[in-house]
Amino acid sequence: MTLLKPRDAPTRRTRGTAARPRRRPARAAGRRGGMSSGYAVLAALVVLAVVMLVPFVIVAFNALKTPTEYSTHGPLSVPHGLYLQGVKDFWNRVDYGQKLVNSVIISGTVAVAGTTLSVLNAYALGIGRVRGRLWILVLLLMANLLPQESLIYPLYFMFKKAGLYDTRLSVIIVFTVIQSAFGTYLLSSVLSSFPRPLLEAARIDGANRWQVLWRIVVPISRPTIVVLLVFFFIWTWNEFLIPLVMLISNDNQTVSVALGVLHGQRLMDATMSSAAALLGIIPTLVFFLIFQRTLSRGITVGAIK
Amino acid sequence: MTTTARDRRGYLPYLIPGLLLFVGVIAVPFAMNIGIGFTRWSGVGTPDWIGFGNYKELVKDSEFWASFRHNLALVAGMSIIPAAIGLVLAAALTDIIGRRFGPRTASVLRACIYLPQLLPIVVAGIVWSWILAPDNGAANAMLKAVGLDSLAHDWLGDPNTAMWAVMVVMVWFQIGFPLVIFMAGLQRVDPSLYEAAEIDGASWWRRFWHITVTQIRPEIYVVLLICTIYSLKSFPQIYVLTKGGPGGATNVPSYYSYQNFFEKTDVGYGASIATVLTLITVVLVVGFIRAQRGQLDEEGQT
Repeated sequence: MTLLKPRDAPTRRTRGTAARPRRRPARAAGRRGGMSSGYAVLAALVVLAVVMLVPFVIVAFNALKTPTEYSTHGPLSVPHGLYLQGVKDFWNRVDYGQKLVNSVIISGTVAVAGTTLSVLNAYALGIGRVRGRLWILVLLLMANLLPQESLIYPLYFMFKKAGLYDTRLSVIIVFTVIQSAFGTYLLSSVLSSFPRPLLEAARIDGANRWQVLWRIVVPISRPTIVVLLVFFFIWTWNEFLIPLVMLISNDNQTVSVALGVLHGQRLMDATMSSAAALLGIIPTLVFFLIFQRTLSRGITVGAIK
Repeated sequence: MTTTARDRRGYLPYLIPGLLLFVGVIAVPFAMNIGIGFTRWSGVGTPDWIGFGNYKELVKDSEFWASFRHNLALVAGMSIIPAAIGLVLAAALTDIIGRRFGPRTASVLRACIYLPQLLPIVVAGIVWSWILAPDNGAANAMLKAVGLDSLAHDWLGDPNTAMWAVMVVMVWFQIGFPLVIFMAGLQRVDPSLYEAAEIDGASWWRRFWHITVTQIRPEIYVVLLICTIYSLKSFPQIYVLTKGGPGGATNVPSYYSYQNFFEKTDVGYGASIATVLTLITVVLVVGFIRAQRGQLDEEGQT
């Protein structure tokens, strides 16, 4: 998901309510409808949750089967043992380690650079309240809203001219700008309600703008900044069109591009496809486990603030 | 406010890197794309200026119109259906599960349903094209396991079912987003509204319709807008699931422009498709902001 609209979304809201757990008097049992219908709803939702997870499970099962086991018992059987050769073969064939490194370098750099750029922009727009800030904001947001299809050919052409085609740097530059559009938007609206007395006190103590930014504004806005870092990382990790066009050599491709291209060639057999899918899923699961709390906070912050 | 005009000007240097990069990476390429849309160009040599030639061709291009109809199906599969399901799920999770079985149960269920959203869409596509594979795919194997052999099918390979199959995959992928946003929105609804309605004897569905839906209307707008814009950028899922096929049955403008850019090297034509896509996005956003304003005014009066 790329764009969430913090400012337009809330109509009536006091800040901070989103994070507060919903409190209401406990009066569960014995109500009209009773417990039984509650259990029916619970059962239905558990079934739905399982259905949502089934694709992950069967992919994992089949990635761990030998090709003969797959062809004799089909895709639904539980694997007899742990057969890791398929995954290993696939790993070596696509040089998956290199793809992971590329994805980490690109996404990590974009996360840091995009967040830095967002902080600088938002400092001028949210705290500096420079003239025409609304228009600047709308303009910058276009970076995020525009279909990438309408930028891709000129970007491809320009990077070719500049000698940056097929470099990780080209993708890093583009996504730093695209992601920072959203970051600027979110951070400016957070910073526009930054406590003014704090800024004035620092100025009276002789701190200049640069020092105020790094010693006061950034530390206090840390929760939002962390959310931006995590989201920029994952969003960039998941990108496809621009990396697909820019990165053609094997040594530069990201995980998504490598898997997508290989899949597109329709050369993979069933077990290899499931190995590919499993290797694509694992990083996401790792991010999910590491960033779970930031993610759930972030989705709320991003959408509603 | 104590900030003076002079003080504000002192913040301008902080905008310079952002604005320069914006011009180089977004504004200039965007303007170039519009320009290229008025030319015939293969990507090498000098483009031939043909004015509105590409657009005249677009209007008559049945493949282009078909790709639009397919995108409408994606709007249903990625925006309307997930939002509708997400709304009911969010209400059920907050109101029934959260209250009777504890917020932890609700948040675990939410996490399970949200998980696909975090996948790279390409990976989601690979997972599903494997599941939907004609021979020995998991979907057909399941049908056979329950004795419905006759329904087994080449889901993505048959022009009659391909678009439906893509829609199902997208609903699976997309549901978590509205769910999470709506659940966050529901936290700010005043519980006393529900209590009053309950005392008045309103059924769960009545309360859902009259309180939940009206109270989180802003979130519903946002979700529909974001998901609809997102469905216009559907290149990755089409690339991995069907490559626009079979026979163009699932082609969408996003993929069609890519084909023209990089496969048919009809760059001018591809650029004009991308420009149309941009126009639609802008219309959607402006319409959305208007709708929101209208709603705000309405609420301001009451």
